[in-house]
Amino acid sequence: MSAILNIRDITVRFGGVVAVDNVNFDVPDGQLLGLIGPNGAGKTTVMRAITGIVSPEKGEIRLNGAPLHHLPTHQRVRAGLGLSQQLVRPFRSMSLVENVRFTAGYAKTRGPLGALVALDRSAEARRALELLERVGIAAQADARPDEVPLGVLKRLEVARALALDPTVLLLDEPLAGLNSEEAATLADTIRALNGEGFTILLIEHNLGEVMRICDRLVVLDNGRLIGEGAPRDVMAEPTVRAAYLGTEASDAAA
Amino acid sequence: MEGLLNVYQISLLTTLAVAVIMALSLNLITGFCGQISLGHAAFQGIGAYMAEILTKQAGFDFASATLIAVLFSAGIGFLVGLASLRVREDFLAITTMGVAFLFVGFVNQQPRLGAEEGIANIPDPGLGATGYMVMALVLALLVALFSVYVRRTWLGAAFGSIADDEDTARIVGIDVARFKLAAFVMGTGLAGLAGSIYAHQVKIIQATDFGFIPSITVLSIVVFGGIGSIVGVIFAAVLLTMLPLWFQFIGDYKLLFYGGLLFLMMRFAPQGLAGLIRSGLDAMRRDKRNDARVGDAA
Repeated sequence: MSAILNIRDITVRFGGVVAVDNVNFDVPDGQLLGLIGPNGAGKTTVMRAITGIVSPEKGEIRLNGAPLHHLPTHQRVRAGLGLSQQLVRPFRSMSLVENVRFTAGYAKTRGPLGALVALDRSAEARRALELLERVGIAAQADARPDEVPLGVLKRLEVARALALDPTVLLLDEPLAGLNSEEAATLADTIRALNGEGFTILLIEHNLGEVMRICDRLVVLDNGRLIGEGAPRDVMAEPTVRAAYLGTEASDAAA
Repeated sequence: MEGLLNVYQISLLTTLAVAVIMALSLNLITGFCGQISLGHAAFQGIGAYMAEILTKQAGFDFASATLIAVLFSAGIGFLVGLASLRVREDFLAITTMGVAFLFVGFVNQQPRLGAEEGIANIPDPGLGATGYMVMALVLALLVALFSVYVRRTWLGAAFGSIADDEDTARIVGIDVARFKLAAFVMGTGLAGLAGSIYAHQVKIIQATDFGFIPSITVLSIVVFGGIGSIVGVIFAAVLLTMLPLWFQFIGDYKLLFYGGLLFLMMRFAPQGLAGLIRSGLDAMRRDKRNDARVGDAA
């Protein structure tokens, strides 16, 4: 499998604090890669460096070989990144299906002039319904974001990311805040999407589900990459165990 | 039509048409795209002075002067927008407030623009009072239809996504700065149109006609009507332009009235009149549904 997304020597510093320290990994084509680590390990910062919300001090990010790290967020998205955010951010003035329909019209919203002469929404509307069905929330298509539970909004984030026809799907803690049943169903959906050929980079705290669905794991701790490989092998590594047990111990103390 | 309307009514309807164009032009920026401008009247002023220079000082006809005035206002809008829209979400409010004061300060220092005394004897476009009123009303209607059209396009949808949540708009691939700039250029260009119509109607203009108070007035109209609602904003433009004519004290305390209105609407009814009516209708529909259910139970 050839790598589709390359993260090379990424370092992110906030003031004096090094949040991400020289991190390197690749996301191969068609893989479901889990990016894990204890709280504060730098996972979300890596994700934000990929999407361009934070600027790395050094390093390179390439998608299909083309450098992304000089582009603003919207151009990275148009280059092929589809992001589902950790904290759900639906467009609150739009219904669920409108959220996805608007996103699916990305070819028509490239620039203001093209958008001014584009009226037809039927293809996007069909696609939006398909995608809502795909993530299992078609029944709530016409509901407003304020009227549905978090589990539905988490799925909406995924459907909206899919509407961009992304080369790589970036999922930032899609299971956070869901009960175990909801988490398992959404994890199944993610696994199935990967089965359909989507390359996915998954950040997730829910280790059980990550171990169950991911092909490979990259483990961060304190901004450094401390382990990489097949889920069971990685979790057996002493450094990884120490990072997790250490956090659990300090959590227990707190 | 002269038989139907007296001179006062003709002039009033022309004034209302200008007010509607102004309000709808700001509605493109504030209502559709969620960007606050505190200096919108300055762009009306830029259009008014530009058109005046062309018709009175350079001998252009009204139509070409107006077209150039629209493009010029839009051009200045482009520069102001370029300087402020890329920076931060709330930066435009500050910059446009600066533009409001800068405009008055600049014009008042220019003898060529009549300085503080303003400019009188702006040439008559030669349509007659009634013809001019009809033209103004038709243009107001066209601006309203344009607003309805924009709302239905993907451009309107993109504006709406930005008004809703800029960060999320970026995540779904929207070039937020460019779309905001487009809204600002369209809005400021149409304000220039209102400026040219206004200048050739009243035929005497002063910088303060386009200062901070008129800017707050048009913003309060948009907020009162219901940010984004085309019908609501037209209604508010008509009502709030008539009120000072009916009640002298409102004219005397304009800033207090419009400022107070702006504050009260933002505090208690941020969706404006249109929002109040919408939630009223929703409540009625809910009641009906409940009544039906009670009926079923019985």
